[in-house]
Amino acid sequence: MEQVIKSYEIPDSLPQGLLDRLRSREALLLLLLGLTVLINSLLSPYFLDIYNLADSTQNFSEKGIIVLSMALVIIGQEIDISVASIIALSGVLMGAAASFGCGTGTVVLVGLASGTLAGALNGLLVTRLDLPSIIVTIGTMSLYRGIAFIILGDRAYTSFPDGFQAIGQAYFFDDLVPSQFIVFVMLAAGVWYFLHHTVYGRRLFAIGNNPTGAKYSGIRVDNYRLGLLTLNGFMSGLAAIMLVSRIATARPNMAPGWELEIITMTILGGVSIFGGMGKMPGVILAVLLIGMVQFGMQLNNIPGVIMSIFTGALLVVSLVLPILLGKFFSGRK
Amino acid sequence: MSQVLVDQETTTPLLEVKDITKEFPGVRALDGVRLKIREGEVLALLGENGAGKSTLVKILTGVYQPTSGQVFRNGRPVSYTSAQQAWADGIAAIHQETIAFSELSVTENIFMGHPITKKGGLLDWKRMNEETQALLDRLGITDFIPQTLLKDLSVAQKHLVEVAKALSHDVSILIMDEPTAALSQKEVEELFVIVRKLRDEGKGILFISHRFDDIFSIADTFVVFRDGDFAGEGRIQGVDEDDLVRMMAGRSVEKEYRSRKTEAGEPVLVVDSLCHPTEFKDISFELRRGEVLGFYGLVGSGRSELMHVIFGLNKACSGSMTLNGAPYQPGKPEDAVSNGLAYVPEDRQDCGAILPMTVGENITLASLSKITGGLRLKPEKENEFARRYASLLKLKAHSLDQIVGTLSGGNQQKVVIGKWLGVDPDVIILDEPTKGIDVGAKAMVHSFVAELVDSGMSVILVSSELPEVLGLADRIVVMREGLMCATLQTGDTNQEEVVALATGLKTKQDSSCPC
Repeated sequence: MEQVIKSYEIPDSLPQGLLDRLRSREALLLLLLGLTVLINSLLSPYFLDIYNLADSTQNFSEKGIIVLSMALVIIGQEIDISVASIIALSGVLMGAAASFGCGTGTVVLVGLASGTLAGALNGLLVTRLDLPSIIVTIGTMSLYRGIAFIILGDRAYTSFPDGFQAIGQAYFFDDLVPSQFIVFVMLAAGVWYFLHHTVYGRRLFAIGNNPTGAKYSGIRVDNYRLGLLTLNGFMSGLAAIMLVSRIATARPNMAPGWELEIITMTILGGVSIFGGMGKMPGVILAVLLIGMVQFGMQLNNIPGVIMSIFTGALLVVSLVLPILLGKFFSGRK
Repeated sequence: MSQVLVDQETTTPLLEVKDITKEFPGVRALDGVRLKIREGEVLALLGENGAGKSTLVKILTGVYQPTSGQVFRNGRPVSYTSAQQAWADGIAAIHQETIAFSELSVTENIFMGHPITKKGGLLDWKRMNEETQALLDRLGITDFIPQTLLKDLSVAQKHLVEVAKALSHDVSILIMDEPTAALSQKEVEELFVIVRKLRDEGKGILFISHRFDDIFSIADTFVVFRDGDFAGEGRIQGVDEDDLVRMMAGRSVEKEYRSRKTEAGEPVLVVDSLCHPTEFKDISFELRRGEVLGFYGLVGSGRSELMHVIFGLNKACSGSMTLNGAPYQPGKPEDAVSNGLAYVPEDRQDCGAILPMTVGENITLASLSKITGGLRLKPEKENEFARRYASLLKLKAHSLDQIVGTLSGGNQQKVVIGKWLGVDPDVIILDEPTKGIDVGAKAMVHSFVAELVDSGMSVILVSSELPEVLGLADRIVVMREGLMCATLQTGDTNQEEVVALATGLKTKQDSSCPC
C-alpha cells in the first residue's frame, strides 16, 4: 500500500466502468419508464397515440414544476409539505383578484407573489426561530388552506380573463405540446444547471451533507434555507397559475394530496430524504415515470382511490429502496 | 486510617491492571500501564488530556479490548467484551456526561434494562420504587424522591442517580470520570460525603479529576499517566501538588519542532478585553505577523469558545478586535474568511470536513468563488486548485474523487487544512490540529505550521498537547476557567510552569466584565 503511493500527485478521478453507470438510479428509472410504456401500450391502444401522450404531460407537469424546487429543498436537508396548500391559497387569491376585475397581468402577479410570500413565511419561521421545516410546514399546510377556505368557503371562482385562461390552455408545436410541459422543461433545464453547474449548487450539497461543516466553511446556511423555501413557494404559485388557468376554476380544496405525490416523485428520483444527495436527471425521470403510470391508469379507468394507494406505496418503496440497495447504487457520485 | 491501608497492601486488590497496552491504527494510546484498585480505597487517576485515562476506563468497562496486558478481578484474569459483562462483574463507570433519560423518573432510570417484574411479566413498580428509596436512603439523599423526573434534577443530582444506579447492580468498583467538572463547590462536598460512605462500605473507587483540590480531599492513593505511559503512583499523604504536576508534565526529551526567528512582525490581530457572557472573560492579546501564538488550557478553559468568537461563529458581549489595523467585528464566519482569517476547528468530523463529499469538493469549498471567478463551476480549475493543496500537504488519497469520510483521520485533517490554506489567509487558527491523528500525520502538521509562519502567515495554535505548544509556539497564552492566567515566552518557561498555571496551582488574577 505504502509503496504504491510514491508521489502525491493525485488523479482527478478513478476510471468508471460501464457497469457502474448501469447501476445508477437513472438507469433503473429509465428501465422502469420503458416497462411502463410497454405495459401501458399493451393494455390500451390509445396510449401510444402522440396527441394523447403529449396531452398527458399537462397533468404531471404542474406537479413536476414543484418537484424541481422540492428536490433542492430536500437536498438541503429541509422539507416543505405546505406546497398543495400554497396552490389552493394562491389559486383562491387569483380568483378573488379576477372577480374584482383585475387583468391577466395582475392575476398572474397575485399568483406568483402570494406563493412567494407563503414560501418566505415558511423560510422565515425555519431560519429565524430555528424550527424544523417539517413542523413549520405541517402548521402552514393547515394555515394556508384554512385561509383559502375562509375567503371562499365551499364556493368556487370560475370567471377569469380570457388572456389568463390562455396560459394554461395553450398548445405549442402544431397544437401538440401543452404550455405546462414547455414550462416544466425550461425550468428543469434551469434547475439542472443551478444544481450541478453553479457554485450555489455545490454549496447546497455541502449544506445538505453537513450543515454545521458548511457553516464553519463560511457558507451562510440560513440564507440558503430561506431562499430554498421561498423558491418552493414561488414554484407553487407558478403551478397554481398553470392549474387554475387550465381548469378556469379556483377552489380551496384543489390540488388535494399533491404534496404527497410531489415528495414521492422527488424521493423516487434519487434525492436522499436525509439530504445531501440527488441528481436532476433522476428527478426528471421520476416525474415522467409517475406521470406515465398515472396516465396509463386513467386510460384503463382505474379509480382515483387506487391511484392514491399506488402513490403511497410508491413513496414507501422509494424510501426503502435506496436503503436496501444502498450498497448497490452508488448515489450521487 | 493509614493502618488500614497498610493492612490492605497484602490483600488481593479488587482490580488490578497489569502492563496494559492499547494501540489504535498509528497511535499507541496506552503503553504498559498498571494500577491497583483496593477495597475501601479511593484511587485518583491523574494525567493531562490525552494521557490515556479515558482509554483505560473504556478497557475496564468492556468498550475496548487491550492490545496486550491483562486485567485481574480479585486476582482472576478477566476480559470484558461489553459494558454489560463489566456491570455483571461488579464494575460500573459514571461518565462525565451522564447518559440519562430526562423525561423518565429516577426509578425508571435506575431500573432501565433490568426491571423487577411480577409473575406474568408485568412491571413491579411498587417494589422498584421501594428499592430506589432504599438506595436513596443508603446514600443519604433526601432532596428528591424515586418518582422525580430526571429533567427536574440538577447535574449534581443526576450524578447521584448514576451512583444509585451503579449500587442497584451491587457493584464493588465504581469508576468516576470527572464527576466534579460541572458541579459547584457545595455540590462537590455533598458528592464527597457519598463517595466516602461508599469507600467505608468497602467499595473500590477510581476517581478521575483534573482538580487538585478534589484529589487531595478525597483520594487515598494516586496513579499518574503521561502520554499513555505509567508515570508514577503512591499515597496522597506523601506528596504535594508540585510532585504531581511534575509527574504529569515531566518529559525526558523536549523536542523542538521548528527554529524560531527572533524578530517579531507588526501586530496582525489585536484582541482587546473580549468578554463572553458565560465562556470567557477579559481576553486581550496581540498576534504578530509570522508568529505562532499557542493557547493552552484544560478542557473547559474557554479556548475553543474564544476562537469561535474570533471566527464569527458566536458573538462577544463586550471588547473589540482589529485585524490588519482595521476594526474587526465578525458577525458570521464569512466575514472572518473575507477578512483573511481561517479556522480549522477541533471537531474534524462534524465541523471541519464534509465527510460524504469528495476530496476535491472539500478543498475547494471555501474558495469556490475565487477559483471560478463567477457562479459557474469550472471542474478543470477546481481540480487544479485541489491538486495543488493535496500535493502541498502530501495527501494520501486514490483520487480527488475519493470520499473524505473514507480517508484516515490524519488525511481528513490535511483536507481541512488544505481547504483553509486555499483561501490564502493572513491568520489561521488551528484548534487541536493533531487530535486523534497518527504520528506521521502529526509530524507533517507540525512541519507545515513552521512553513506557514516562515511564509509570513500568523498562526494561533490551540492545543492540549503541551509538547506541541512548547515546540511550536513563540508565545503561550494559558487559560483557565475562561480567564487568561498568563502570556509566556516559550523560551522562558517550562512544562511545569504551564501545567501549574493551567490547573490553577498559582493564583489567577481576577477580572471584571461589563456583561
